[in-house]
Amino acid sequence: MKRLLALLCLLVSAGAAQAAVKVFATLPEWGALAQEIGGDQVKVYTATHALQDPHRVDAKPSLLAQARQAQLVVATGAGLEVGWLPVVVRDSGNAAIQVGQPGYFEAAAYVQRLEVPAAVDRIHGDVHPGGNPHFQLDPRNLLKVGEALAARLADIDRANAAAYAAGYQAFAAKMRAAIPRWEKMAAPLRGVPVIVQHKSFSYLIAWLGMKEVATLEPKPGVEPTSGYLSEVLARQRAQPARMILRAAYQNEGPSAWMAREAKIPAVVLPFTVGGTPGAKDLFSLFDDTVARLLKGLE
Amino acid sequence: MPQRKIALAVALVACTGAQAATDADLAAIRAQVEELKKTYEQRIAALEARLAATEAAQAAAQPATPEPSMAAAAGATAFNPEISVVLDGKYANTSRDPNTYRIRGFIPNGGEIAPPRRSFSLGETELALAANVDHLFRGTALFSVAPEGGINTEEAYIETLALPAGVKLKAGRFLSGIGYLNAQHPHVWDFVDAPLAYKAFYGSRLGNDGVQVKWLAPTDLFLELGAEMARGGGFPGNERNRNGNGLGTLFGHVGGDVGISHSWQAGLSYVTTRPNGRQFEDIDAGGNVNAAGSFSGRSHTAGADLVWKWAPNGDPTYRNFKFQAEYLQRSEDGSLAYDDTLSRAIPAGAGAVRAASDSYRRRQSGWYVQGVWQFARGWRVGYRHDALDSGNANLGPRLQAADAAGLQHYSPRRNSLMVDWSPSEFSRVRLQYARDSSRGPGLEDNQFFVQYIMSLGAHGAHKF
Repeated sequence: MKRLLALLCLLVSAGAAQAAVKVFATLPEWGALAQEIGGDQVKVYTATHALQDPHRVDAKPSLLAQARQAQLVVATGAGLEVGWLPVVVRDSGNAAIQVGQPGYFEAAAYVQRLEVPAAVDRIHGDVHPGGNPHFQLDPRNLLKVGEALAARLADIDRANAAAYAAGYQAFAAKMRAAIPRWEKMAAPLRGVPVIVQHKSFSYLIAWLGMKEVATLEPKPGVEPTSGYLSEVLARQRAQPARMILRAAYQNEGPSAWMAREAKIPAVVLPFTVGGTPGAKDLFSLFDDTVARLLKGLE
Repeated sequence: MPQRKIALAVALVACTGAQAATDADLAAIRAQVEELKKTYEQRIAALEARLAATEAAQAAAQPATPEPSMAAAAGATAFNPEISVVLDGKYANTSRDPNTYRIRGFIPNGGEIAPPRRSFSLGETELALAANVDHLFRGTALFSVAPEGGINTEEAYIETLALPAGVKLKAGRFLSGIGYLNAQHPHVWDFVDAPLAYKAFYGSRLGNDGVQVKWLAPTDLFLELGAEMARGGGFPGNERNRNGNGLGTLFGHVGGDVGISHSWQAGLSYVTTRPNGRQFEDIDAGGNVNAAGSFSGRSHTAGADLVWKWAPNGDPTYRNFKFQAEYLQRSEDGSLAYDDTLSRAIPAGAGAVRAASDSYRRRQSGWYVQGVWQFARGWRVGYRHDALDSGNANLGPRLQAADAAGLQHYSPRRNSLMVDWSPSEFSRVRLQYARDSSRGPGLEDNQFFVQYIMSLGAHGAHKF
């Protein structure tokens, strides 16, 4: 009898393990955040990795297969995944994750976005009407998104609502302790002028008080011409920046050229979890980012 | 805080300096202190400037913040559907007249299969509207405006958003889900024109008025099964004015990833219809109609498709390769009425009416294979090889293959090379050269095209 009960318990627990909420995260940072909050209650699939440009991903069959099984899609929004996610969500045949359902979550709804264009015209490049979507590099945004995500997970999986709340509290406590530490470490970066390869770091720059003096793209998403790079170089001589920032997935060409010509370091930042060997989770992402920035300052 | 640091630095420097103070050392220390002071002053100034700028920005942002009122102001237009327009223009230079184009060995299907007209021409301007109808349905309408005027409804369908168990229904006019290329619109093709197999078997592509049901399996391996029922009013069917299902399709796709750099999709398709009096007209080398007739019977088309994509680390931005191949085979079995009295003056002595009807059975096949290589951001080159096999027409005694180009045996071939440049996701300019032998032996056509494809409006999301 006892043995039977034990077996039953085992079966039930196995069933419970299978019943974990399946989360389809578009980007590594959202996958990591869902994991931090959900713990064992969630099974996270991350659609892209740090070496992919999140804007230029194919609506691959594997993504459709995963979206079909998901109970919750966690996306950035603000137009970042517009080239592939709408097709994946619509063709998944999964009613739970359609836009407007609790199973569809866009992080952009919960943060104050920078660089919201006053005029939307593609003459300005690949502009996002919803503003700059790379807001994960300000850890305070992760707190806001995390809070909303915990509430959403609780909404979808009411039985484990307390666990999500606790998961978020634990994450938030750790994050709130870490933020002042990073800010203190990054104090020497205040006011430091930098050049960015793409407008990927606006939130990081705003958070740490750095100063973006130039972009190596004439327009967002447009590859620089040699003429444009020379122009930036000329400006660099007049108003010198201390380093060039590039995300791990971006082509090193333009920043390497500028680094050579201007004799300033090109700093590769992880941009998201997994972008560098050091950026293993959301905390080491910022540890590594700040460390790399400080190294660039030397 | 900076002041404290300066004081500390000064103290520190003073302490160490006191032990072995030469004049030179003192001067160096002074210089260091001076420099420290300067950098900190600069930093303080920068911080102050930032503070002022932030305050100003905040002040400026304040009146603009109430977003809800802005949304309210959008009012009635806020529900406007996603609108996009695709502009397509070409320049064509062909060694043979596009008006006399025909694929030898195949009974003409009436589709738009000829190469683009010579010199400058406007392609079809595509207007797409799409939006969620409500929480259950989404609607899409796609019109093409012909350069001569006239609007053609390419697609106009609704699809379900909320059916359970991975099921999705589509109804209306839509491009069939068979094969790989069929459901893609010309503006996403990798070449100016459709593969010969699509031209010969579907009149460029299979579209129909009907319903589609698709089911996606809840597995990590992508597995999609689909079926369609349609009126079958277009080739390979024809208008029959009958109740019920006129054309049926079945298709399945599987797909997945291999490592992080490779992804693939493969499929099988089947199309069946029973045309009744499906009419055709054939033309001679001068483009004049020289024969007409009709086919009644069964028509089955089976297909297989494979797509393989490679991108380093799965990031196609700078470099990627796409391999694509499809095979189609059609069997038709029924009766053929053939009348080529039009082709020549009736010989004085014969006096016979050159019209006949008898049994017709034939298996025809075709395939293409292509590779497109993006070697730098925005730059791609591609090669495509097309082949068709007309098969031998198995004719009843009253018909003779020798009399008609469409009934003879022939194996058309075409080789196409293209290079295109896409400065952004929304624009593309393409050069293409093709050598096409579809017209018959010794009738090679050298085709040279320049094309632009530009899209404006909503940012479309494309399928795999």
